[in-house]
Amino acid sequence: MPMTDQQAAAGRSADSPKPDSPKVAPGTGVNAASFKRELTAVIPHLRAFARGLCGRPDVADDLVQEALLKAWAAQERFEPGTSMRAWTFVILRNAYLTDMRRNRFRADYDETVAERILVAPAGQEGPLHLSDMHRALLTLPAERREALLLVGAGGFSYEEAAAICQCAVGTIKSRVGRARATLTAMMEDGSIPRRAIGDVIAHDAIMEDLQISSNAAHERAEV
Amino acid sequence: MKNIGPEPSKRGRQPTPDWASGLRRLYDSVVDEPLPDSFAKLLDDLDNADD
Repeated sequence: MPMTDQQAAAGRSADSPKPDSPKVAPGTGVNAASFKRELTAVIPHLRAFARGLCGRPDVADDLVQEALLKAWAAQERFEPGTSMRAWTFVILRNAYLTDMRRNRFRADYDETVAERILVAPAGQEGPLHLSDMHRALLTLPAERREALLLVGAGGFSYEEAAAICQCAVGTIKSRVGRARATLTAMMEDGSIPRRAIGDVIAHDAIMEDLQISSNAAHERAEV
Repeated sequence: MKNIGPEPSKRGRQPTPDWASGLRRLYDSVVDEPLPDSFAKLLDDLDNADD
């Protein structure tokens, strides 16, 4: 049983109570220093995850800052030896879902920044640009997008991704499979949305999906 | 940071599509960005506030 990730997911939110007792006294000694060090080390990954989720770099970084604040406040819930990246991803994800409900990410995709990204790491795949990739990604329903980000980009196992999203492993596999199929179809038939159109599609899909995703998360909260 | 390749279980399902490496590059391109100072400052402020 992959307890470390399960446990990491159990401490998924700074907002929700965690039944397990704290293992680390906050702000004390070696553990506090090590917490800060580990937290610092995952910031680049939090930024990458956030960027994938919500598009605009500045908004994504705000989300990371928010997640860091929550993680810091909840540091007594982090169990040393478990995955800091998984733990903080859960926090970031919950902050994202909360912000989504407040419509913070409406139509906020930053085309110019994405275009800059695409030319930086040389592409051997011809017409496929990273901005295309990102736009296509943003059209996916939120739960499929995050599943694909975690497994296909973040390198998490299905089990780890399931723990982060608080759902069954089979559910994650299904979401990743559907996301991959959708993106492959988009790439093959050239139906990648252009610019602002993608935002509208993405936002509608996200909002439609959010309630389902949120309900599922609550149902799974005890896992 | 490490670039983690596709998992065996994923490969078994279907061939890795052309865009899969793009997805990882999208992620890695952000991981590899220089970290804005604001993040270290935030943690330092939080750290100092705890003392």
